[in-house]
Amino acid sequence: MASAVDHHHGPGTGITRWLFTTNHKDIGSMYLIFSLLMFFIGGTMALIIRMELVEPGLQVVQPEFFNQMTTMHGLIMVFGAVMPAFVGLANWMVPLMIGAPDMALPRLNNFSFWLLPFAFFMMLSTLFMDGGAPNFGWTFYAPLSTTYAPPSVTFFIFAIHMAGVSSILGAINVIVTIMNMRAPSMSYMKMPLFVWTWLITAFLLIAVMPVLAGTVTMMLTDIHFGTSFFDAGGGGDPVLFQHLFWFFGHPEVYIMILPAFGIISQIVPTFSRKPLFGYSSMVYATSSIALLSFTVWAHHMFTVGIPLVGELFFMYATMLISVPTGVKVFNWVATMFRGSMTFETPMLFAIAFIVLFTIGGLSGLMLAISPADFQYHDTYFVVAHFHYVLVPGAVFSIMAAAYYWMPKWTGNMYDEYLGKWHFWCSFIGLNLTFFPMHFVGLAGMPRRIPDYSIQFADFNMISSLGGFLFGFSQLIFVLVVVKCVRGGAPAKAVVWEGAEGLEWSIPSPAPYHTFEKPPEVK
Amino acid sequence: MKSNRKLILQLCGATLGMFLFGFALVPLYDVFCDITGLNGKVELVASKSTGVIDTSRVITVQFVANTNENMPWQFVAKDVEIKVYPGENARADFFVKNLSSNQMVGQAIVSVSPAVGAKYFHKTQCFCFDRQVLEPKQGQDVSVLFSVDTKLPESVKKITLSYTFFDITELQPVAAN
Repeated sequence: MASAVDHHHGPGTGITRWLFTTNHKDIGSMYLIFSLLMFFIGGTMALIIRMELVEPGLQVVQPEFFNQMTTMHGLIMVFGAVMPAFVGLANWMVPLMIGAPDMALPRLNNFSFWLLPFAFFMMLSTLFMDGGAPNFGWTFYAPLSTTYAPPSVTFFIFAIHMAGVSSILGAINVIVTIMNMRAPSMSYMKMPLFVWTWLITAFLLIAVMPVLAGTVTMMLTDIHFGTSFFDAGGGGDPVLFQHLFWFFGHPEVYIMILPAFGIISQIVPTFSRKPLFGYSSMVYATSSIALLSFTVWAHHMFTVGIPLVGELFFMYATMLISVPTGVKVFNWVATMFRGSMTFETPMLFAIAFIVLFTIGGLSGLMLAISPADFQYHDTYFVVAHFHYVLVPGAVFSIMAAAYYWMPKWTGNMYDEYLGKWHFWCSFIGLNLTFFPMHFVGLAGMPRRIPDYSIQFADFNMISSLGGFLFGFSQLIFVLVVVKCVRGGAPAKAVVWEGAEGLEWSIPSPAPYHTFEKPPEVK
Repeated sequence: MKSNRKLILQLCGATLGMFLFGFALVPLYDVFCDITGLNGKVELVASKSTGVIDTSRVITVQFVANTNENMPWQFVAKDVEIKVYPGENARADFFVKNLSSNQMVGQAIVSVSPAVGAKYFHKTQCFCFDRQVLEPKQGQDVSVLFSVDTKLPESVKKITLSYTFFDITELQPVAAN
């Protein structure tokens, strides 16, 4: 039997280890490294944007290139950095947390990873094509992305298709693993919350990524095959594009935050040395957030002229989401309450997540008020809002997870001193960057514009300085990772004093093959 | 392993289903808007007038004529504003001229605002029901016959009809006509 042989060999050698690997830990590491690379590419684009916005007027880049930067920054960060990072964490941790020897579909796992480098190579190559890269914003509204798009839009569509296939295959793999490969006696309500949130995220991915695929296919046929899905002249409707896009797009933002909720729900109990407060309410809250996410898409479209009934429905539905989200924040705070707390780097990132994500949620509530949204729409207030939920939300949770599990992955403790530096520089940098955007947004500064009125100059200068601090402090993270991979104090099996769960029952570093015999679950 | 296969097939089926659902949303949104009159969508077929005229109130109907970007046609509303009783038949005239030196095909797309008034606005005859074929430099009078439903909500006192001419010469080859 081939599988019997597999059990006794270790990692392959050379480049083929990475090309042909079916090991969930190898693939998880590749996902994480890939997303870190994309994080820096997307971050560089963000710094070009901030460089142009240091002062009013045009200094560094031309408006055409500025538009390409805002578009590519968004696409790379969403599809290239945040989503693959969560898939990487799922690859590494889900089998370890449920006591499975590997993912259920290891070869498919390899395929879904290797689609990504090609997808993003193609996406980035559009920067060097005639007419430039996509320049219509990451939301690629028609007709900007069809009638008025640069020729490279076709490559963009293909890249989105490939990244989408990768996500869907990854989601299928996660669902099959979680549903069929849990250790005996690990019932659903005994699963760690990271596993729960990923299970729900995977279902969201299967529900909405195909709709995105359909939408970009319609764009493709509109551009090349004479259909008129989004062209009013041929009987189509550009607003239809927005409906289709946000039917995908709103669940998509929860795809980027639900695994983060799971991570925070692992870390906060560990460093509070208390079990998580309200485990089952966390599960139900996550499920209801996922279900509600399908009923709110038009709150991105309050200004397209939807009727009053629609405005009201989507306003109330959106506000309803703050209830389960509030349950989660309450549970995290209650977990910390009277806990024996310590503040290692993962916990710092987790606490910052709770505080700053709540700020982002609150500005989201402001945007949900549809009469007010007519003022805020397409201003920097929106930019401030979604960066507050995505940077200290998704990105900080990924950082927290990396610090939390890095000793398990490498067998070495990371440099706590550098980790704290990384945290504080990031924390200060991101607040300097994104908090002033609330003010300029409320004052009316539009997003996606390279030049601005002189009244916004001071706050933009602060944002840019903060942006550079945040951007360059991520290099500290690279230093921490490199140092930790190369050496450091050996990590114990139970790395953190208060840590619970199957992943801590195996030695550090995690052996190449784990849980070949299913573990006992209490 | 067998249960894996079953689950994988179910999930692939769900994926395919959602892909098709994305396309199904195209007509579904349209049907939804047609039924409810949302999004300023109006019936694109002629309707019959009921004959009842409500003289207790007057509705102002305004006309806006636009050409889509790059459409080399002149298009103007001769009647900017018409006052009608609900139920009364009325007529509005427009003038359209092909300014280019090629034969062109145009299609007018209509939008009614406010959206709540859209389904109470009936067109008995309209140039927007057909595509217009104009020879180079040819001008033409076009018109719409309409009535406003007596059931129009009291809150609506003014209805704006906006026409936009789109160039569909390439989409609808002249030879095919």
